Amino acid sequence: MARKTDGRTLLIWCLVLASVLVLALLQPRVPDLKAYPSAWTLPVVDWLNIGMDWVVGVFKPVFRALSAVMDYPLVWTSAFLGWLPWSVGTVIAVMIGYRAGGWPLATFTLGTLVYILLMGLWPETMNSLALVAVSVPLAVALGFGLGVWGFQSPRAERLLTPLMDITQTVPAFAYLLPILILFGFGPVVGLIAGIIFAFPPMVKNTIVGLREVPADIIESGLMSGATRWQLFFLVRCRAGLRQILLGVNQTTMAALNMIIVASIIGGSEDIGWRVLSTLRKAEFGESLVAGIVIALMAMVLDRITHGLATRAPDMSPPQGFVGRHRFALAVLGMAVLVHLATLALPALRSWPAAWTFDPAGPLNTGIEAFVLWAKPVLDAVKNFIIFTLVLPLKIGLLNVVGPFTWGFTATVWHAAAYAALVAVGAGYALSRGRAGLAVAIASLGLIMFFGLTNLTWPGATLLLIWFGYRSGGTRLALWTAAAVAFMLLTGSYEKAVLSVQLCGLAVLASFLIGTGLGIAAAESDGFSRILRPINDTLQTMPVFVLLIPVIMIFKIGEFSALLAIIAYAVVAPIRYAEYGLRNVPKDVIEAATSMGATRSQLLWRVKVPLAMPNIMLGLNQAIMFGISMLVITALVGTDELGQVIYIGLSKGNFGIGFLAGIAMAVIALLADQFCRAWQRRIDAKLEGAA
Amino acid sequence: MPGPVKLSCRHLWKVYGPDPARFFAREGAAPDALAAEMRAAGHIPAAIDVGFDVHVGETFVIMGLSGSGKSTVIRCLSRLIEPEAGQVLLDGQDLLAKSDRDLIEIRRHKMGMVFQNFGLLPHLTVIENISFPLRLQGLSAAEQRDRAAHVIDLVGLKGREQSYPGQLSGGQQQRVGIARSLAVEPELWFLDEPFSALDPLIRRQMQDEFLRIQRVLKKSIVFITHDFLEALRIADRMAIMRDGRVVQIGTPEELILNPADDYVAQFTGEVPRIKILRAHQCAVFMANRPDNLPRIAPEDRIEGLMSKLAASSAGLDVVDSGGAYLGTVTAASLVGTLGRVEGTSPSRVAHG
Repeated sequence: MARKTDGRTLLIWCLVLASVLVLALLQPRVPDLKAYPSAWTLPVVDWLNIGMDWVVGVFKPVFRALSAVMDYPLVWTSAFLGWLPWSVGTVIAVMIGYRAGGWPLATFTLGTLVYILLMGLWPETMNSLALVAVSVPLAVALGFGLGVWGFQSPRAERLLTPLMDITQTVPAFAYLLPILILFGFGPVVGLIAGIIFAFPPMVKNTIVGLREVPADIIESGLMSGATRWQLFFLVRCRAGLRQILLGVNQTTMAALNMIIVASIIGGSEDIGWRVLSTLRKAEFGESLVAGIVIALMAMVLDRITHGLATRAPDMSPPQGFVGRHRFALAVLGMAVLVHLATLALPALRSWPAAWTFDPAGPLNTGIEAFVLWAKPVLDAVKNFIIFTLVLPLKIGLLNVVGPFTWGFTATVWHAAAYAALVAVGAGYALSRGRAGLAVAIASLGLIMFFGLTNLTWPGATLLLIWFGYRSGGTRLALWTAAAVAFMLLTGSYEKAVLSVQLCGLAVLASFLIGTGLGIAAAESDGFSRILRPINDTLQTMPVFVLLIPVIMIFKIGEFSALLAIIAYAVVAPIRYAEYGLRNVPKDVIEAATSMGATRSQLLWRVKVPLAMPNIMLGLNQAIMFGISMLVITALVGTDELGQVIYIGLSKGNFGIGFLAGIAMAVIALLADQFCRAWQRRIDAKLEGAA
Repeated sequence: MPGPVKLSCRHLWKVYGPDPARFFAREGAAPDALAAEMRAAGHIPAAIDVGFDVHVGETFVIMGLSGSGKSTVIRCLSRLIEPEAGQVLLDGQDLLAKSDRDLIEIRRHKMGMVFQNFGLLPHLTVIENISFPLRLQGLSAAEQRDRAAHVIDLVGLKGREQSYPGQLSGGQQQRVGIARSLAVEPELWFLDEPFSALDPLIRRQMQDEFLRIQRVLKKSIVFITHDFLEALRIADRMAIMRDGRVVQIGTPEELILNPADDYVAQFTGEVPRIKILRAHQCAVFMANRPDNLPRIAPEDRIEGLMSKLAASSAGLDVVDSGGAYLGTVTAASLVGTLGRVEGTSPSRVAHG
């Protein structure tokens, strides 16, 4: 704890924990303590549905017209990509890959396309690509326009920032349904969802890019006699272009991610649908084959857009029209040439079925054999984690410990021994002057004993608000109170607790694992080199794909969800920890070394404390990633808000799904506020020490 | 002899704060009192009643430490920032009253500016950067090329036309900045600490280069620097600024020999007097002297006469342009003058 915990605070902590304990013990006798009485909730779901009906009634023609307009480019792009002979498409893609990243990327692009062709998934891939090809330019145009607006008017920026936070924290599934209702069924839904989800990074990068053009460059443009428009387009946009193009890169990845998720609606024969439909039929081999296509496609798109954004200018730029456009002309020439060849050789036009190869059968056999072989170990690991961590956190050791789980029946004596253990731990921490640690041990002991769901809603509320007050003062306490009140009044409390339980555990695990890996990577260049491509892959991978191997091995259930969230959320803590440790000022390290610090002293006493602000940013990011993955894991059978959203979507009940979506965003925003409060305290501590 | 006035800056004020306009509602307040009032009201006066003239063909240096307001002043002159009060007259016309359109025309044809951090466009080659102002004017490609080629020659960048700024050293980048500012053939040339970002040796070299270019082009120049020795080397006249105010204006000699206050004297005290003394200031009238002594002009710098003096032990005759005898510089008179002026500031030293 950064702040010293004084005697009075400690007393309040004791009182709070004692009342939580008393309430939890009372709870079997007073049913209203466990579940928030439904009579006290507001019919928010009905209100939302009524509101939505009104919006639909009034604006439906507008949205449907918009949908029809958007349909045109999509239909045409789809038709074009469907017509495009594979040989022509491959030549164009490989040439662009070469342009963006030289021979390595050209080879990688070629390999990806050959894999797609061999698997016979070319048409599905082209359908997904068509959605990307239409949504990205629209998202980029929208994001650039809003970014320019936000750059020019601080008021606009104040308006845009929360809007973008909301579109990125409200889970994608939650706004699929309103889009579906407003825009009608079909691929357009994926398109719109892709645009909504993908434009925020473009806005942010545009604002940053335009703003960070050095004053010298702007002034030199003015003194060169630029008019307002010349200054903006020829000077500012050009000087900030690299950042803006990085926005295009992020927008492309976000759009792809969302388009794959949106395929859950169905209606388009794209690669995401292929993964999902095979996954539902438990055809793991097939879904793995298609999932790899998505992963490869994501990597190629990422490398190409990133490469084009950061490409160094030619050392000696050629002159004249042909010289300036020689790349475009070369691509066009090659495309025409290959197209002429397809007229002579039909095999170049459509990939012969005889050349495809379906490894799904043997893959399925192999996976089954592996799972069967590893079952004892896998089950042991799974059960251990579920019975010692997942379930106790959910329903408490009190209810978990039994002959089938722990091998013995819990008695009063066991409970007493547990209480004594917690008391001794907290007392020891207190005797060492670590009051914060003592409080943490006591709270955790209490929570694990009763479980989050049995903590009673008044008890949990009290504990959370007090924790908010201790972390971030009155402001955060009010924030917390408002968030909890929202959950209670809308009747989302119960599912929200389950969300927090699943996501919290996963985030904590990914934070600990990720920070550990990040520290190791900062200490060892070799390890860092191994880790980096894995990180890049995990990060560019559309979230869907992560589900496949997890379900394959652990089947449907909470444990699979846990692993998928960890896999997705682990990247940020790794990156931030490594970055933070590597950017500790050199002179501090040299000073510590010259004082005779050992390597481990240097790490734990100097580098880690100084890297703390970055490590905390890693936690913040892990929470955001965890929450966004939580919704996706509803597909593998969880029992929390994500599942509610999913149910709302499949039942076509806008209110249910959207309310759960907002509840999830509230959790995300509150977690963000807590992280910021801790961040401020760490910063204050570092500054105070400096 | 100074030429006609090219640029005149009169009672210029730049004030930062929530409502700077209200301080200028009434006339006739003393500048210092007004500035104090502004500070008391939470405003920051960055330029206080600044005034000076720049003559045609003159290099006018504004010297001051960081925060003295010199960069603010040059930006007001070019209207990169808008001053709160005062006048900036270019050829007698008030720049502050010009419309945006007129201002753009003036910047396109009459002004050039060089920046401390070069302000080059990273995505354009050397030649594209230099012809950028010409491109903005919509000149034909051929004309752009011709005029750019001319200034590239002038600054010695031939052969680097197709490089990008990132591939050049700092000194070369600033040559590009200089060439770009000259490409429009401006009458008025602003240089805002052009050499401050460069290494000392390169800085010296660039100063020589600047002096060479100025001998050829004879522009009217406002040059900003925080380096007193740099100011000394290149200034025809200079102004010293402190806390937004002009403390003193004069030729380098005037400043060194007659610093207006202790602040100016702190700068001038460091300067070896021999660097600034001119022949007439060290000459003594000698009735009995050998005939046919070598003749020198009264404005010649003593620093450059050492070897001549060594060769002619009897002394050097100082003769004005009309041929009239003004006095003789001898080793004794030189040492005497130096002894009189060296380390004597801030006490006033009368001209020899």
